[in-house]
Amino acid sequence: MRSYLKNMKTITKVDYATYLGVILAFIVVTICQSQGLVNRSVSGMLVPICCYVCMSISLNLTVGILGELSLGHAGFMSVGAFSGIIASMSLQSSISSELGRMVIALVVGAVFAAIVGFIVGIPVLRLRGDYLAIVTLAFGEIIKDLINCLLVGWDENGLHIALNVDGTKSMSTLGLSENGIEIIKGAQGATGNDRIATFTMGFVLVMITLIVVLNLVRSRTGRAIMAIRDNRIAAESVGINVTKYKLIAFVTSAALAGSAGALFGLNYSNVTAIQFDFNTSILVLVYVVLGGLGNIWGSIIATVILYVLPEALRQFSDYRMLVYAIVLILVMLATNNPQVRALLGRVIPKRKGAALDE
Amino acid sequence: MEFLSYLITGISLGSIYAIIALGYTMVYGIAKMLNFAHGDVIMVGGYVSFYVTIFAGNNLLGEDPSALATGAVALVSVLLAMAVCTVLGVVIEGLAYRPLRQAGSLAVLITAIGVSYFLQNAAQLLFGANPKNFTPIVSGQLTLFGGQLRISYVALLTIVACVVIMLGLTAFTGKSRMGKAMRACSEDRGAAQLMGINVNATISMTFAIGSALAAVAGVLLCSYSPVLQPTTGSMPGIKAFTAAVFGGIGSIPGAFLGGLLLGIIEALAQAYISTQLSNSILFAVLIVVLLVKPSGLLGKYVPEKV
Amino acid sequence: MSKQFVRGKMVPVPSHSIIPERDIDKSPILECSHLGIDFGGLRAVNDFNLTIGRTEIAGLIGPNGAGKTTIFNLLTKVYQPTRGTILLDGLDTSGKTTAQINRMGIARTFQNIRLFNNLSVEDNVKIGLHNQEHYSALTGVLRLPWYWSREKAAHDRALELLSIFGMEDLANHQAGSLPYGAQRRLEIVRALATNPSLLLLDEPAAGMNPSETAELMENIVKIRDTFQIAVMLIEHDMKLVMSICEGICVLNFGEVIAKGTPEEIQSNPAVIEAYLGKQKEA
Repeated sequence: MRSYLKNMKTITKVDYATYLGVILAFIVVTICQSQGLVNRSVSGMLVPICCYVCMSISLNLTVGILGELSLGHAGFMSVGAFSGIIASMSLQSSISSELGRMVIALVVGAVFAAIVGFIVGIPVLRLRGDYLAIVTLAFGEIIKDLINCLLVGWDENGLHIALNVDGTKSMSTLGLSENGIEIIKGAQGATGNDRIATFTMGFVLVMITLIVVLNLVRSRTGRAIMAIRDNRIAAESVGINVTKYKLIAFVTSAALAGSAGALFGLNYSNVTAIQFDFNTSILVLVYVVLGGLGNIWGSIIATVILYVLPEALRQFSDYRMLVYAIVLILVMLATNNPQVRALLGRVIPKRKGAALDE
Repeated sequence: MEFLSYLITGISLGSIYAIIALGYTMVYGIAKMLNFAHGDVIMVGGYVSFYVTIFAGNNLLGEDPSALATGAVALVSVLLAMAVCTVLGVVIEGLAYRPLRQAGSLAVLITAIGVSYFLQNAAQLLFGANPKNFTPIVSGQLTLFGGQLRISYVALLTIVACVVIMLGLTAFTGKSRMGKAMRACSEDRGAAQLMGINVNATISMTFAIGSALAAVAGVLLCSYSPVLQPTTGSMPGIKAFTAAVFGGIGSIPGAFLGGLLLGIIEALAQAYISTQLSNSILFAVLIVVLLVKPSGLLGKYVPEKV
Repeated sequence: MSKQFVRGKMVPVPSHSIIPERDIDKSPILECSHLGIDFGGLRAVNDFNLTIGRTEIAGLIGPNGAGKTTIFNLLTKVYQPTRGTILLDGLDTSGKTTAQINRMGIARTFQNIRLFNNLSVEDNVKIGLHNQEHYSALTGVLRLPWYWSREKAAHDRALELLSIFGMEDLANHQAGSLPYGAQRRLEIVRALATNPSLLLLDEPAAGMNPSETAELMENIVKIRDTFQIAVMLIEHDMKLVMSICEGICVLNFGEVIAKGTPEEIQSNPAVIEAYLGKQKEA
């Protein structure tokens, strides 16, 4: 066993440590919960934390592993949330098990987000750098606006969908029967959802996201994606189909964000499209960058800390977001300024292989 | 006639976007960074002008001020807003962006987002979250064709200001010593430094100009839609950024053209298609343009050297 | 060098006895005819004709800016040629992408080194093996048995290829942190990993000292002999070019000014003029 550990590559060890850390955190929190050590405000944060962890891991696939800046990740979360809600609400009468509906909602959210990711990805991935960033931002805003106009209801005849483009339509135009359910009401969003998301489900989703992303990265596909990030021209020269692998990364990332969105949507009785705007995309991007590009466990830790931080700063009341902004700037300066890094480098010993002279 | 009036609204809105986009594009061209805090500098400019006008109204002007006096106050409020924003821009650059000159573009982007959060929250603490009712710097309107077409003086002023600023900037970057230094920095910062150009000073100068323009844009924006709150700048900021990319980021005429087109598209979409989807239509046009011309309308495409 | 080449699992590697001069396979692997490209109004390359034999080492030389790297970029379709045709092993390559060209059998290195700097040396070579690994993204995510066996094979093959230059010990180092010479060698290994029939080397000896260059020369010949492939190289080091190339093509201002064996080239007046300038008339 010992020699097995010794022979394992550092990367593999880090991966297993990440899985182990997540599992341990889940066990500790569950035990605390059963002992009544977790107060309401913390337990209310558990599911959203799981959602945002999935969001940042999946965004890391696009930004850190594929190396393309995306400012519209919340758009995929939104697609997942609303398609998940529609699936779960319309199956209310036919599937009684909450777990069953939850699983179906997550899958539906992932599938729809993947489809949107594919549609967005084909044009978007032809662009480079900041142009790609602005187009992902644009797509995120378009998705938000479209969902803001969306009216969806369900009755025994199936789904009724309308797009309220000119502001003249209302829920009554859907023509629902007496026992129909209004699911999405335009700008008011989805109201009256049954909250079926659980922390356990959140944990399972985090594990699935982790396994998908880490296994993908450590495979032939992941190497091709990272090759494109490091040097697109060299990647082409060794026979890698750049568009194909960019799309694989982008769509996978979108699908994972979609299921995270579905979980998020089913954790609240009210969800509106505004919740998934540009600022949410930026929020997740901040988690990813502070956790370290391409660093999966870094994303997890950064997400948890940065999600909890504004809550922990409550004693500063009005000043908390200001303090948050200052912390953000200082952390960026501390981790990216050459002088500060040199200072840190003297304290922390260099990693093996970082510098090598012949 | 209805169309004409929508068109003029669009041009004046587009002129505001163009002024903001000019600031964006200059900073991008020279510092190679997306300054997400640019939109919030606009908001600061709006607040400065707002409080100067209030102060003058309470203390300096009498009950019934003359047109000349209100005009003078408006001018002073714009100039003060420009001065404050210039200082703010240079300070932000020096404290937050300069230490990251060698860092990756993402690190700078996140820092800019941090600065944006900071400005919004500081404004909320200082000025409160409640929206302020901004008094337009000029009032009244021009009536043409026997009242069929009304153009507000603010719209006219905005258009004139935008054209003047665009021409001024083109002349400045083309002719002046500092302008040449800026172009050199945007081509190749390292080489410019080796030629004896003070890169840090040039970048500071760029931020100063960009922020002063943001102040002007702030006053004009608040005159156009007179609601001032800490988040006033963020959406126009994003749209102006879109305009800069639309016209070809880094290009001054591009930003002008992009801003105008965006304003016109937005006004016409709102009038004829859908108010809810006007932003979406605008973004959809942007996406189509970028797919056809990946470096924007007037941007030059630089292929990667192998 | 006492490294032994073990027969690979993916691509059979023949023995590495030196091919005698008379056995060099001159049947064409690459045929360019009337190849040309314009950049705006500039004719960067014009009427380029060249044929390379199946196990030939060919040199492409010429003054700076003559269009040598442009030829490589045309062959690998980084640029689409304006005129002319390129046949690889008798197959037309027009309309193909860079990636497809690689799969057809052309691999290259770059003048300004282009490694995957953030990845390990082993991963760089494994990326070269990409199109020989054959398992889907889903197999990778689910880690099916096929994934493990293919990864094991790729690992073994990567180390085997690295052993050409004795670089197995560096396998876990980050590629970007390697010294310059090692980076150049790694680029060659990565190109070889794609199982090419024609290897294009863009200034492989640039920045190397004489002893490194001598070792590189040996290795290029060894690569040709063991893998039985054609090699075409751009190089400014005339000693290297003249001693290992069987055929040399000289380029100036985008046009071929001479072709032939090293001896013919060395005595060609046009070549001397291109390199040294026209002798002033007394």
